[in-house]
Amino acid sequence: MSFFMDAEVALGTKLLEIIYIVIGLLTLYTGIKNGLDEENPSRAGTAIFWCSLGVVLAFGRWIPTMVNGILVIIMTIPAIMGKVKIGKVGAPTKEETESNFKKVGMKIFVPALAIGLFAIIFAMFTKLGALVGVGVGVLVAVILLMIYSSDNKPVTFLNDCERSVSTVGPLSMLPMLLASLGAIFTAAGVGDVVASLVGTIIPEGNVNAGIVVYGIGMMLFTMIMGNAFAAITVMTVGIGAPFVLAYGANPVVIGMIGLTAGYCGTLCTPMAANFNIVPVAMLDMKDRMGVIKNQVVPALILIVFQIIYMIVLK
Amino acid sequence: MELIKLLGILIVIIGFALKKDSILIILSAAIVTALVGGLGIPGMLDTFGKSFVANRSMAIFILIMLVTGTLERNGLREAAASLIGKVKNASAGKVVAAYGVMRGIFAAFNVSFGGVAGFVRPIIMPMTVGAIESKGEKVNEEHLEEIKGMASGMENITWFFFQVLFVGGAGGLLVQSTLASLGYEVSLLDLAKVEIPVAIFALLVSIVYYVLKDNKLAKKYYTKK
Repeated sequence: MSFFMDAEVALGTKLLEIIYIVIGLLTLYTGIKNGLDEENPSRAGTAIFWCSLGVVLAFGRWIPTMVNGILVIIMTIPAIMGKVKIGKVGAPTKEETESNFKKVGMKIFVPALAIGLFAIIFAMFTKLGALVGVGVGVLVAVILLMIYSSDNKPVTFLNDCERSVSTVGPLSMLPMLLASLGAIFTAAGVGDVVASLVGTIIPEGNVNAGIVVYGIGMMLFTMIMGNAFAAITVMTVGIGAPFVLAYGANPVVIGMIGLTAGYCGTLCTPMAANFNIVPVAMLDMKDRMGVIKNQVVPALILIVFQIIYMIVLK
Repeated sequence: MELIKLLGILIVIIGFALKKDSILIILSAAIVTALVGGLGIPGMLDTFGKSFVANRSMAIFILIMLVTGTLERNGLREAAASLIGKVKNASAGKVVAAYGVMRGIFAAFNVSFGGVAGFVRPIIMPMTVGAIESKGEKVNEEHLEEIKGMASGMENITWFFFQVLFVGGAGGLLVQSTLASLGYEVSLLDLAKVEIPVAIFALLVSIVYYVLKDNKLAKKYYTKK
């Protein structure tokens, strides 16, 4: 409690901590519900995964870092063993969503857009930060949905949340795990080694050459790995920081456009199966590369555009 | 012997390329890098714990899911279908273009309508077929195959380049934390703002490309004026 009473801590930080506690409790709910769900084919593994994650999310601030690290490792074990499963799915039927649409109508867009809107408003006009805005937006959306229909009870939201979280599953933790891997790369000095290697290719101090290598590298790495999030952690530490950012380039431009340069790679690779191969099956297409073939031209135009954009804005 | 520190990067690249379990790859790369980089296992656990707690912001999607499922339950997809259904008298390419505009705008607010399975297949594809048939033509199989590719392409491009405009999305949060570990502090709002011209350009490029391509295909497959 001393944290929340401390006048030195900014209000935004305190509110954000409350949001993390709520997120952690939602995650714990997902774990406990699946643990008690007899229809779940792997109750223990699923419960261990979500509950250890929930503890770190909700109470991580007050837990020693080493214990947090151990909890994260415990979390990954059932995930790696494929023991995190989906239990009973209470998805709405087509009849239900259609009759609700007749009742609610186009007003449904108001709560749908509220979250993004509050994020922008809070980021621009308050000191509380975008994420607190997201939290307020979620609260507003919940209230609106409850006003729209008396069928939307608190337990409806909880169970729909559990259903969505269970559906995305352990892979939703990829960004957090990759960020942690990036931190380990940095702590172990991996970036310095890559930098000394790449330094033989990129002339020192030539920021534009660095940007070209960084942009194309992001695209190629993403094509190989099928995942721009994995590529950005490696490329920014190895090339972005020593060859571009070290010479005073704007980190906002280089970091963010670097990621979307990687997305051009996502558009061109069968490795990104979710986006490029799964739709082929869902739409009964004959050509396995049919989606990728329709994305190559825009991807090439966009990578050129983004490299020039980084050079101009740096 | 400094080169051995790159082992972790090698594991990540090869592991993802061989489609091994993503979490297993990350964990192995972390352990190997910690060992060869001199952090040791305690150092790794410490860095992992610290970094995971510092990056809890990336779990904000769980809070957002408190409403996404219930929005779906209350007819969000039907509302989106009714919105795009207002597009009349268009060619197949223009239907895809209109979907791109709608999806882009909603992606910027982190709102999706169910992807290829949930929206393109049941809503967009019948609209494109209807667009061709309304001109008195019989749908050509090869044309339909290309339309499927274009609709999926539009789905992907607009989602990738517009979702980064959502302040609080995973992409911006990952970039923010990656830069922070290198000593650069940036705000989520600035990260989103810098993508606005890129997103608009991406939408324009895909609209022009798909509409032109569809016009060309329509000329090729249908002789009637």
